[in-house]
Amino acid sequence: MTTQKITIEPVTRIEGHAKVTIHMKDDNTVDHAYMHVNEFRGFEKFCEGRLYFEMPQITPRICGICPVSHHLAAAKASDALTGQTPPRPANLLRELMHMGQVIQSHGMHFFELAGPDLLLGFDASPEIRSVVGLIGANPELTVKAVQLRKFGQEIIKTLGGRKLHPIFAVPGGVNKALTMPERDSILQGVDTAVETLQLGIQIMKDWAEKNMEDINKFAVFPTGYFGLTTPENGLELYDGDIRLISREGKPLEKFPVANYLDHIAEHVEPWSYLKFPYYKKLGYPGGVYRVGPLGRLNLAEKIDTPLANEELKAFKQLNNGKMVENTLYYHYARLIEALFAAERARVLCEDKDITSTDILNTRKNYTGHGVGVLEAPRGTLIHDYTADENGKLLKVNLIVSTGHNNWAMTNAVDSVAKTYVKGPDIHEGMLNRVEAAIRAYDPCLSCSTHAVGQMPIQVDFIAPDGTMIKTLKRD
Amino acid sequence: MTKPKISSDWMCGCAGCHMSLLDMDERILKIVELADLRATPITDLKEPDASGVDVGVLEGGINNTANEEVAHKMRERSKILVALGDCAVFGGVPALRNFCGVEAALRRAYVEAESNEEGSQIPNDPELATMTQTRAVHEVVSVDYNVPGCPPDPDVIFYVLSELAQGRKPELKDELLHWH
Ligand code: SF4
Repeated sequence: MTTQKITIEPVTRIEGHAKVTIHMKDDNTVDHAYMHVNEFRGFEKFCEGRLYFEMPQITPRICGICPVSHHLAAAKASDALTGQTPPRPANLLRELMHMGQVIQSHGMHFFELAGPDLLLGFDASPEIRSVVGLIGANPELTVKAVQLRKFGQEIIKTLGGRKLHPIFAVPGGVNKALTMPERDSILQGVDTAVETLQLGIQIMKDWAEKNMEDINKFAVFPTGYFGLTTPENGLELYDGDIRLISREGKPLEKFPVANYLDHIAEHVEPWSYLKFPYYKKLGYPGGVYRVGPLGRLNLAEKIDTPLANEELKAFKQLNNGKMVENTLYYHYARLIEALFAAERARVLCEDKDITSTDILNTRKNYTGHGVGVLEAPRGTLIHDYTADENGKLLKVNLIVSTGHNNWAMTNAVDSVAKTYVKGPDIHEGMLNRVEAAIRAYDPCLSCSTHAVGQMPIQVDFIAPDGTMIKTLKRD
Repeated sequence: MTKPKISSDWMCGCAGCHMSLLDMDERILKIVELADLRATPITDLKEPDASGVDVGVLEGGINNTANEEVAHKMRERSKILVALGDCAVFGGVPALRNFCGVEAALRRAYVEAESNEEGSQIPNDPELATMTQTRAVHEVVSVDYNVPGCPPDPDVIFYVLSELAQGRKPELKDELLHWH
């Protein structure tokens, strides 16, 4: 029987607004914990009636952490809708911008958002458990982290004119070529970015060695894994078919992105504005899967850049070649992907086509329907548009990265609460671990409800008859 | 002299204004030197100090009951309140929802979307905030400084915060006033 409820609000160091409620039993153990996503903006509806080519400008306003993902997914959906296949140089440039974003988003998450838990400790005082505390504890590392993010953001700005909400991709290509000096200045930054990321990987490995116990009891559970891959099942972030594997790693599906509705559906729960996607054939919740760094590395059989591929081999050995199910290994996977993105940025800049001015295909074969998919830092992002013959949007459907992980985050919150939260004396460090379960997925709640916006934490204790016993807020 | 306290929060925005704040890069160290960063989305305190802060910063407009609470609390506890970015200043892109209305937007997302399960309903748990019209911050509480831009440029944010942290009045004009 539930005797009390703890509410954590807002969940901090994540993007957007969430709240957690933990329902306790008579014996002071956890009965069940929920993650509520508490915002809804309604992009799908209010974009109806807009013109399809406005979407690469409107949809980045869904999320300021990964605006490039929405910018590019919108452009890809528009390419399909008008039948304008971008020339090769345009695709290379879009992918380069995407790599800039993966570097800045993953780098910032590891060092500035999740990092304080790892570097200062889950139980450190909330007064210092943040990037501000990190500046005090390790200024040199903080400066490196700031510069890593800057490197990623500068790539975006070089191509799209601004660090946030860039103006670059258009249906059929991009609106600006890369000059040789610009290319050279990006290339110059790659080595330092790689070094900082390798340093991050070393920090993560050292931390894992010392905290194996936490890693093995902190939200470890089986799910399927879902995401884009290269034709050879290698890691892919910009384009390709979607692949889905089972909890044991068995291939279930590989399909072109335009067919997504044949394979997945979304479940709605009354207690969250964030929906729960799942694999239709296995139903809900049997067909739940995870996306994002951990999902993609479980999916990938290899990585096409040398340093990241070496790291992938080590990653695959974490569980002796079986699926890596530990939520805390998201952090490790995230750094390996960022390393790939830095190496991939170099490969793209060294491609002879990268400074070509053949960047726009204006010949149309208008169909009025298009699906655009890519791997955003947090997972698979789907934009699906239908327009009338004048290009006015009739229908917009968005399935956003963090949404795919909704079941996993909710389950991680429940599992961590059950493992770490025990009464009668609930202390702050216990609750921070519950938040850390969410943080590991690096959710983008603004994105996911296009949506959802905020992650606060407050804990309400609720009696069996529903009356509130007490509220714990951290301030 | 004790450092001035700054607190910030986000409401119906995209986090982009806070990201633009981080895009001041190394200068963030300067801000931390000049001011005491209290509750913000990137630090771990949950709400502005009950004893008050010198500067409160709000990103995003107000489109539900939870945001209303955040805005009121920030106003009550801040000597100076800054509305940061187009969403906070006049509602921004999310205010487009006012044209179709809350109900239609909710129906589209939770009932009608092609990917939804049959029979899906609009979430209605009492834990969830209730959606309202999308409003600018100044329509709900009084604002001392409006800083437009989507997002405002990091240089502008640095200027505003460092001026306020040093007890001066920032003046947004010429190069510093961007709408884009
Ligand atoms: S003003 Fe622009 S950048 Fe700032 S929150 Fe609103 S949409 Fe995001």
